Amino acid sequence: MEIHTDVICPFCGTLCDDIEVHVENGRVMEALNACKLGNAKFMSMNKKNRHIVPMVRGEDGFTETTIEDAVERVARMLVDAKKPLLYGWATTECEAQSVGIELAEEVGGVIDSCASVCHGPSVLAIQDVGFPSVTLGEVKNRADLDIYWGSNPMHAHPRHMSRYSRYPRGYFRERGQQDRTVIVIDVRRTDTAGIADKFLQVSPGDDYELVNAFRTLLNGGDIPDEVAGIAKKDIASALELMKTCQFGMLFFGVGLTMSPGKHRNIDNAISLVVDLNKYTKFNLIPMRGHYNVTGFSEVLTWQSGFPFGVDYTRGYPQYNPGETTSVELLSRGEVDAVFVVGSDPAANFPKKAVEHLAKIPSAVIEPHETPTTYLCDLNIPSAIAGIEVEGTAYRMDNVPIRMRKIMDAPAGLYSDREILEMILLKVREIKNGA
Amino acid sequence: MELEIKNGVVFDPLNKVDGEKKDILIRDGRIVEKLKGKHDVIDASGKLVMPGGVEIHSHFAGGKETAGRMLRPEDGARTVYPKRNGLRSGSGYSMPSSFTAGYLYAQMGYTMCNTPAMPPLFARHTHEELGDVPIVDKSAYPTFDGNWFVMRYLKEGDPDKLAACVAWFLRATKGLVIKIVNPGGTENWGWGKNAVGIDDPVIGFDVTPAQIVKGLAEVNERLKLPHSIHLHPNNLGKPGNIETTVETLELCREVKSANARQTVYLTHAQFHSFGGDSWKNFESKADELAKYINRCDHVVCDTGNVTLDETTTMTSDGPMEYFLHNLTHLKWVNKDVELETAPGITPFIYSRKNPVHSVQWAIGLELALLIDDPFKVLLATDHPNGGPFTRYPRIIAWLMSEPYRRYYMEERVHKGAQKGSSLATLDREYTFSDIAVVTRAGQAKALGLSELKGHLGVGAHGDVAIYDIDPAQVDPSKDFKAVEKGFAKTAYTIKDGEIIVKDGLIRATPQGRTYWANPVVDHELDREMLKDVEQYFKKYYSVNLANYPVQKEYLKRGREIQIDARDVK
Ligand code: SF4
Ligand SMILES: [Zn+2]
Repeated sequence: MEIHTDVICPFCGTLCDDIEVHVENGRVMEALNACKLGNAKFMSMNKKNRHIVPMVRGEDGFTETTIEDAVERVARMLVDAKKPLLYGWATTECEAQSVGIELAEEVGGVIDSCASVCHGPSVLAIQDVGFPSVTLGEVKNRADLDIYWGSNPMHAHPRHMSRYSRYPRGYFRERGQQDRTVIVIDVRRTDTAGIADKFLQVSPGDDYELVNAFRTLLNGGDIPDEVAGIAKKDIASALELMKTCQFGMLFFGVGLTMSPGKHRNIDNAISLVVDLNKYTKFNLIPMRGHYNVTGFSEVLTWQSGFPFGVDYTRGYPQYNPGETTSVELLSRGEVDAVFVVGSDPAANFPKKAVEHLAKIPSAVIEPHETPTTYLCDLNIPSAIAGIEVEGTAYRMDNVPIRMRKIMDAPAGLYSDREILEMILLKVREIKNGA
Repeated sequence: MELEIKNGVVFDPLNKVDGEKKDILIRDGRIVEKLKGKHDVIDASGKLVMPGGVEIHSHFAGGKETAGRMLRPEDGARTVYPKRNGLRSGSGYSMPSSFTAGYLYAQMGYTMCNTPAMPPLFARHTHEELGDVPIVDKSAYPTFDGNWFVMRYLKEGDPDKLAACVAWFLRATKGLVIKIVNPGGTENWGWGKNAVGIDDPVIGFDVTPAQIVKGLAEVNERLKLPHSIHLHPNNLGKPGNIETTVETLELCREVKSANARQTVYLTHAQFHSFGGDSWKNFESKADELAKYINRCDHVVCDTGNVTLDETTTMTSDGPMEYFLHNLTHLKWVNKDVELETAPGITPFIYSRKNPVHSVQWAIGLELALLIDDPFKVLLATDHPNGGPFTRYPRIIAWLMSEPYRRYYMEERVHKGAQKGSSLATLDREYTFSDIAVVTRAGQAKALGLSELKGHLGVGAHGDVAIYDIDPAQVDPSKDFKAVEKGFAKTAYTIKDGEIIVKDGLIRATPQGRTYWANPVVDHELDREMLKDVEQYFKKYYSVNLANYPVQKEYLKRGREIQIDARDVK
């Protein structure tokens, strides 16, 4: 049996790096330290019936094809399109993302990540008002107040609280849990709320009003007896905790970014955190879902200057969220081919966008079968990043970690990066008149 | 591959060549005495020939650099660079994106760039990004200002383990230089506090900024690192900070240099030369710093010129960035890094109409003109903090022309600059040789890399910049516009003997080297120190020790500088 230590879990933005994986005869026996979600990801390596061969849609359904043929088809699709969309990128390593960006530039397409359906509003808010943040080790060593807003880590980031916030002992928090207070703000009493010291149940869609109430009180104003379904005294006492803590953290999730108001919610929440710095130390971290959605915005930003929704149709990067982002481009029928890498838009895009996707030429690189692999004209299975392929991922606090390879991919499978490199090469061949 | 550069007017101060007509020969990437066979010839008659430029302090790549780009799409939209001639596209006025930064530096004749504030935990990011900066050789300076191991060994009075530990961090981060930013202040910023005097306590660690600076300066020499400590003192940008600056430099006076160079490098000196006690009576104290530096041999600084542009400030000085944000109320990014440091970012609009900004503009130039030896005061804008590096040609023109400066004084900037500084009284004008010092030779020497960089003697890298300026025709004092234009784009940039830029256009984009220092201390000591590191890591970092060091894959063309420091035991 092989024992791999310090393995990185390629599942959620918590990006735990202490997993011990036991492998025997190409099977994962155990993934120690991983949570339920992480464990399931490692164990899924043992599933049989994994696709090895690219599949292309013909007159009578899907038929198998070779990797060379698949690469050529994707390359032709991208070259023939006027404005192709290259979408996804949250569940692959930075090295593959980097090739993806070069490909988008080469074909004059639009490249975008799932940020536009999860934390895009956070990025827009950051670009409006800024981003007071810290790394998660700061939280562990210093924080005595953690607020989870619109985020349910017990389910979505199960080890977040045990590694960084609620439970661990830190340099200035030697007693661990006893030294810390947790507030949960959510539309329903989640499991996370169940272990919080204080729970504020905000009425659905009223997050903006609640942030406003906090800011108004903080800046010396007054508020009605009840705001967003919460009594004034509860708002005031939560605010008192924020003002008087030594080091406060706001973790926010899609409950806040995707509730009505979207980036205005985050604008306002960031402003609240900025205001709180007049009283004490306060910071925030978005609870990014997919393990490397953060890495994609980093790579795209240092290469192009912009974090998502970058349009290369004019030969230089253009960024205009709402115009150069996937959901809008698809819903308005403005792209004429779609190439998906490591994402499942068919499952989580609005209906109108999916309908257009179904109409235009499309291809996907994806290790598993998903609604998107059925929807696209062509799918190329790939090796699994972070388990069969090593490479860089960025944690939700932007800390870069190198994911390890712990087993070989089944023969015949290539990594996302290798497939993308083949496509890029082919695109250049075609453009050069081959 | 062989190349002959014929008949150029050569300025190579490290070899005492001052404007002589001279041929430069390159074989296999190095300057040689003789060529062997068939070779390309560049006719450089009537052109200025200098060693490739060396950037000693520019935030062109790294974690906060990318956070700065992300913060400001308006800066990206302001200047775009289309994909053409096989080059990658990009964007950014004050903060060009990675490929573009490499191209722009090469077009100005630079062949080495160093990114000066790398939080160790983000080293992997820095090196990933450096891999996407083409052409130039490069390195990164890891920050040690708030390093918990450093502070712990200082407090315990264990200089040996301290040295071993610093060596370990350089190795783990693939860093070249010990960088210190607002010593102690960045740790205190973990509680929203700062350190404003060199004897202020660091909360929870029982040490002072003075101990951090002095301790690391001594370690630096015991490890015989190529460069000295690279220092951004406390109180950056505060009226009256000159006192702190001089006090801090004084700490390193008695430190013995291991490599016959300075023992402290003061970066962006402009931001540390303020007098007055508020913005109302704010004034330049460049004269005071210059007097100090003229008198001693242990300090080299760079100017940190302000170019009066709209820019994006980014430093590892979190409390300072917050202070700035409170002045301007512009958007603000904070990025505290566990056990290490605390970067911050905020946009800043320098205005010609603002008296304070105008004095700052004057201070950067005053320092260059008041410090006698140009090897002690190098040209840099702390890109992008004082202004983008693309403004270097204009700064060169200011330094070479009193009338150009006077024109700015009288017509362009706020009159406050005349009252608040001595610039109007300075008639010194830099020579081409002085310019060669403050843009390449001085940098290479201060970095301890002058065997390979910053000169055109036999054995040096074949890095050459050829500018379309004919010293026999151009009088820089009068033709300052020609100087500014001439230094903006080279006629040729040659890197390792390869023609990279011709007539301002990029022709090749090779991958540059990444230099890093590996001082090897006594094995036993190393082991003992690592035991402490292991213990601390488990308890306080949020990543495992095994996942912390930068893997070799991240250096596309790494160059290890191994140093025998086994006498440290
Ligand atoms: S918390 Fe996230 S990263 Fe950690 S083990 Fe669970 S799924 Fe994996
Ligand atoms: Zn700097």
